[in-house]
Amino acid sequence: MRRKLYHLAHSRAGDKGDTTILTLIAYRPEDYPVLAKRVTPEAVRRHFAGIMHGDVHRFELPGLNALQFVGECALGGGVTVSLGLDAHGKSLSSALLEMEIETE
Amino acid sequence: MAGLLPLIKANGVRLITNMGAANPLAAARKTAEIARRADLRLRVAAVTGDDVLEALEPDHPTMETGAPLRSFGELVSANAYLGIEALLPALEGGADVIISGRVADPSLFLAPLVHRFGWSLDDHDRLGRGTMVGHLLECAGQLTGGYFADPGCKDVPGMASLGFPFADVDGEGNARISKLPGTGGVITRRTATEQLLYEVTNPSAYVTPDVVADFSGVTLREDGENAVVASGARGKPRPGTLKVSVGYHAGYVGEGEIGYAGENCVARGKLAGEIVRERLGNQFRELRIDLVGLSALHSRPMSNGKAHEPYEVRLRVAGRAPDEETARRVGEEVEALYTNGPAGGGGARKQVHEQIGIVSCLIPRERVTPRVEFLEA
Repeated sequence: MRRKLYHLAHSRAGDKGDTTILTLIAYRPEDYPVLAKRVTPEAVRRHFAGIMHGDVHRFELPGLNALQFVGECALGGGVTVSLGLDAHGKSLSSALLEMEIETE
Repeated sequence: MAGLLPLIKANGVRLITNMGAANPLAAARKTAEIARRADLRLRVAAVTGDDVLEALEPDHPTMETGAPLRSFGELVSANAYLGIEALLPALEGGADVIISGRVADPSLFLAPLVHRFGWSLDDHDRLGRGTMVGHLLECAGQLTGGYFADPGCKDVPGMASLGFPFADVDGEGNARISKLPGTGGVITRRTATEQLLYEVTNPSAYVTPDVVADFSGVTLREDGENAVVASGARGKPRPGTLKVSVGYHAGYVGEGEIGYAGENCVARGKLAGEIVRERLGNQFRELRIDLVGLSALHSRPMSNGKAHEPYEVRLRVAGRAPDEETARRVGEEVEALYTNGPAGGGGARKQVHEQIGIVSCLIPRERVTPRVEFLEA
């Protein structure tokens, strides 16, 4: 069964320079394993093709039912010089939650 | 300050803030003046030393790309992130109000913990936990439902009177975080988890001027309504360098917007964008053309599935130029679409603003000297 992350998890976006930091937190602890299995750094990089131009790193925080994604070269050159409307990438959390995964 | 100072005096609390920005001493003088006018006897401290513009060399490499500072042209500012060592002398000196320039946000919360509990500056685990507390509190409303609410799945009551959080911290640095009864917002494991990891590029190594905090083992436990107990952070020794934010002139950004509605509005918005691109493309190194309502935030819809046809869209064009006059052309071209563009364009707006870019570099700790000046009111 394909499900949108929005229905399984919540997310917050943060920024440092040209790097976006996206936290993905399972609503229910029992959904954390499928998130960890399916929402790989590669899957996130594909989802954000054309937005995240650099590496995507992932940190696993099972104690918090959370995954932390760090995407480089993702904010139009950096918060202070981006020409984009959302220079901080605050709304990228919503973009992550649009991703769909197979949950069997 | 006019509102805060009487409360500080009446309740015997002390205020620590990095709102001194580029001129903490002037902010402290102004604060002392406000106190005197209100007949309040207070000691105000200005914490400076973060300004390191004179200490940087043109060849100093930047953290983002390694490019030397000189490649960014004329620098306008350079401020090192100071830590608790800059604040502690002000606390020890009995200041009621401490106003600093650039100080790392968690340090504002860690400093009073170190002062009160007498923690050693090499007690890394306690410093790590105090930093966790600071990081949770530093964005205030972001812990109590701000930047969180999503009707239907993450409901937050009373957001118009969002309560700000406070922490009861024990001598080990573990904390119970809550907010005042009767205020809006919520504190739950969910709000606390989002804030704990907010802007953290490595949860095992959150670098501050005071400690390298490790949040990977943190546990967050709900403890009654609107209260969360946070514990389990650790720490490693602080780095030998301090991060410096360097400001430079990044030119001028011109923006223009105009809206289209109804059937085929997306096509008319795209046509409008193409017209502007054809007219301005060769004058701007960088031109960003988006349709608000469709692609402005993420450059394309991120949803899988059916194409989204909004009822209305708004063309937004932004371009950077070295001078204000060139930047102004962006808004003028967009405004000209009223009469020379697609049908039914309405609500054009234009603006120009100067852009100060920020890059970062590292400076050896010993080249930065924090200072405290006390003023009596």
